[in-house]
Amino acid sequence: MRMDLIQPFINAADAVFAEALQGPTKIGDLAMEEEAYRRKGVAALIAIKGDIEGRIILDLAPDVAFKVAAILTGAEVVESEQVVRETVCELANMVIGNSVTLLNDQGYRFKVFPPEVHMNDEGLAGSHDTEALVLAIETSCGNIFLNIAMRHLARRRNERDAAPALA
Amino acid sequence: MPQFAALFRKDNQPVRYLVVDDSVFARKNIIKMVELFGGEVAGEAGDGLTAIAEFNRTKPDIVLMDITMPQMEGIEAVERIVRQHPDARIVMVSSVGYQENILAALQKGAKHFVQKPVKPEVLYEILRYVLSDDPTLAGGPAVLAGERRA
Repeated sequence: MRMDLIQPFINAADAVFAEALQGPTKIGDLAMEEEAYRRKGVAALIAIKGDIEGRIILDLAPDVAFKVAAILTGAEVVESEQVVRETVCELANMVIGNSVTLLNDQGYRFKVFPPEVHMNDEGLAGSHDTEALVLAIETSCGNIFLNIAMRHLARRRNERDAAPALA
Repeated sequence: MPQFAALFRKDNQPVRYLVVDDSVFARKNIIKMVELFGGEVAGEAGDGLTAIAEFNRTKPDIVLMDITMPQMEGIEAVERIVRQHPDARIVMVSSVGYQENILAALQKGAKHFVQKPVKPEVLYEILRYVLSDDPTLAGGPAVLAGERRA
């Protein structure tokens, strides 16, 4: 797996959590996994298709989601499944949006699909023969997990544009 | 949370905002900041179509508009609002901040762009700038809370 595709997601997640949750963050253990992903809590899966293809899963426990929600809204929240869904989607959207910005400005073009929330007990299988990077980011609200499986399908646009045309 | 001098219209009324985002949390977060700046929420919308209807109903001074939303995305909503109301002041608020997106929004008539997660001090400076561009709204240095312009 190419780390230059993964690194923007890690950087964006670290920066987004620190800013949005108004506290220090620390990137915990990193590991490579090939098996179906087993959620730690409630997960948002976002698919990416284009020059880069794959998926990112953002995953957090419900009690962490409630703490995050309280900070995002600036008020106590009523604990419910809807709050957990909203929280995981909002965090995923911010992380993915910031990562996509970094990758897009590097010349990669791709489409990002809306987050799918997974709350059942099934594992989340990889969509293709990709291994995934799994990491935990420690925040003031608790651990937030990322699972990133990404592969590069095309040369970056800049490289394509710079390539000499065939006669 | 830092303190900010309140922003007012030239008629000494609070600046009225339309907050558009499909995430309830994102709207609450923006509204919290808007109120911190002394503003008033004229309306809320969760998609572009509703945003157009709310704009026509509430005639806000400023629209804070997300980009990625269901039914109609923010950039299309900007285009439609500005076509009907060329003086509309719209600031895009999105986590997707790459150049093509920003340019598309500006070309359709948005006045500025701020990336999520939104820093209050960044949004405040952008609002000051956008408001100062409008002769009917407060320009120049912001007026301190409780010290409205005469």
